[in-house]
Amino acid sequence: MTPAISVSKLSKHYKVPEREGGMKAAVASLFNRKYRTVKAVDDISFSIEPGEIVGFLGPNGAGKTTTLKVLSGLLHPTEGMVNVIGYEPTKRSHDYLRQVALVMGNRNQLSWDLPAIDSFELQRAIYSIPASEFKKTRDDFIDLLELKDLVNKPIRNLSLGERMKMEIVGALLHRPKVLFLDEPTIGLDVTMQRRIRAFIKEYNQRWGATVLLTSHYMADVEALCKRVIVIHHGQTLFDGELSRLVTQFSSFKTLGVTLPNPEADLSQYGEVLTRDGARVTLRVAKSKTSQVTANLLSDLQVDDLTVEDTPIDDVIDSVFTSTEEAK
Amino acid sequence: MKRYIDFYLASMKISILEQIQYSVANYFYMIGMITEPVIYLVVWTTIAKQQGGSAGGYTVGAFAAYYIIWTLVRNMNIVFTPYGWEWRIREGRLSMELMRPIHPIHGDVAFFAGWKFVVILLWLPLAAILSWIFRPTFDIRWMEVIVFALAIWGAYLIRTMLLSLLGMITFWTTRVSAIFELYFGLELILSGRLVPMTIMPAWVQSLSNYLPFKWTFFFPIEVLVGNMTDAQLWSGICMQALWVGSGILILNLIWGFAIKQYSAVGG
Repeated sequence: MTPAISVSKLSKHYKVPEREGGMKAAVASLFNRKYRTVKAVDDISFSIEPGEIVGFLGPNGAGKTTTLKVLSGLLHPTEGMVNVIGYEPTKRSHDYLRQVALVMGNRNQLSWDLPAIDSFELQRAIYSIPASEFKKTRDDFIDLLELKDLVNKPIRNLSLGERMKMEIVGALLHRPKVLFLDEPTIGLDVTMQRRIRAFIKEYNQRWGATVLLTSHYMADVEALCKRVIVIHHGQTLFDGELSRLVTQFSSFKTLGVTLPNPEADLSQYGEVLTRDGARVTLRVAKSKTSQVTANLLSDLQVDDLTVEDTPIDDVIDSVFTSTEEAK
Repeated sequence: MKRYIDFYLASMKISILEQIQYSVANYFYMIGMITEPVIYLVVWTTIAKQQGGSAGGYTVGAFAAYYIIWTLVRNMNIVFTPYGWEWRIREGRLSMELMRPIHPIHGDVAFFAGWKFVVILLWLPLAAILSWIFRPTFDIRWMEVIVFALAIWGAYLIRTMLLSLLGMITFWTTRVSAIFELYFGLELILSGRLVPMTIMPAWVQSLSNYLPFKWTFFFPIEVLVGNMTDAQLWSGICMQALWVGSGILILNLIWGFAIKQYSAVGG
């Protein structure tokens, strides 16, 4: 099968002016300006199959948004080849732009002063969506995101989460085949995040759309993505199944123990992470999990015991930390 | 073509709806805007009266007519400014516009065109009040009305091209206010915005013939206020068309370079 997204040896470098602080350096920079090359993305390659949802992870400044902007045709790569559904994004052909969407969590494109229902009409005209198809898609999306009572209110009167839902509807009315989602749930409460996640999943299943998602909320990634690509300092650290990321980068398990005696010292069993009343969480080496579990049950009176993989946030954190330490 | 007509109509509708939301604010904005021509008008009518009833070939009534029509032409000339370009790049809005399968400048032209329809409606009572106070003299023919209706849109398009070209400098640097101020200074002198071009020194008038500015202010006003022949009226429209066409060509050429330079700094 031809990949929906294919990226080969992509690099995006910026030349940025720099100078030291102070008046002397400011005056000197007028005559002798110095530049530094920033490698926002440095030689990354990957491909994504049609219909896949892939999480694109990395700390701030890792190069995630730059990559999304190259893929969506906003930025020209310094080097490398990019192909999305058979198009070269930098050519920005109208046919290509009609089949993709870039949703940025903190950017609005709907009119602030008007009800979303008016702005959706503009989207229809921009993408030349046939009237019947437009009405059906719009009404479906409104139902899916439970927006019926809100579409006639001016956008400025909506909450952040409600606005984000409207933005997503506006961005997807033309039923794009490829979605680039940059922090689509940023700043939203848990319920709203869950709604948006469910909607993205539904959209992916219903239309077979390919989705590349960046998010700092691991709940988004866990709920939507089987596969993740982790980048740091513009380079790929990991590309594979989310479960393999946990296996590969986490050598610990988390044990939750509830004891009738909250004062018990558990430090001999593992690293005590938290203590909340009678509930204690321990970090234990994966290889010792069975032994420690058996010891806990035999040595102490235990009301409840759970064994879990390390939370994905901690795994990702350990990936970035280990890379920093290796430098 | 049908696609563009549909887009223009939808975009103009959105613009009109937005302006209606803020009709009171718009009205105060327009009232504020007439301060400038009223100052020019008072100064020139005073000079004209002191010189026996006319100055530079304009009677007191002709000055009143010039500056009252000026208020409409000025409003028609409001376009997306270079400051707006700075703002939309910094705020990341241009990135969202570039994701659409339609050139962002079509969006600008359509949005401000919709705004003009509201402006014209709001202008009518203001023009009536100004006419009642300053007693303009008009001698208008039907042909002049038809040409004026075209010329104000020609002026709008020429100024859109000019300011879009200036605005596109922000693809290379986001701090270009000084260049914009220089442009506005030149426009003030060479367009007929400050005074009718016929009052300007001969060399300024000659210079203005080779530049687009006078076709955005002086020409549309003179269509109604002056005494041009039909041939002069239509050759003026042709000149406007020429400037619009040249603007589109240059804009497309520079856009090709600019878009490669775009760094999407604001998002």
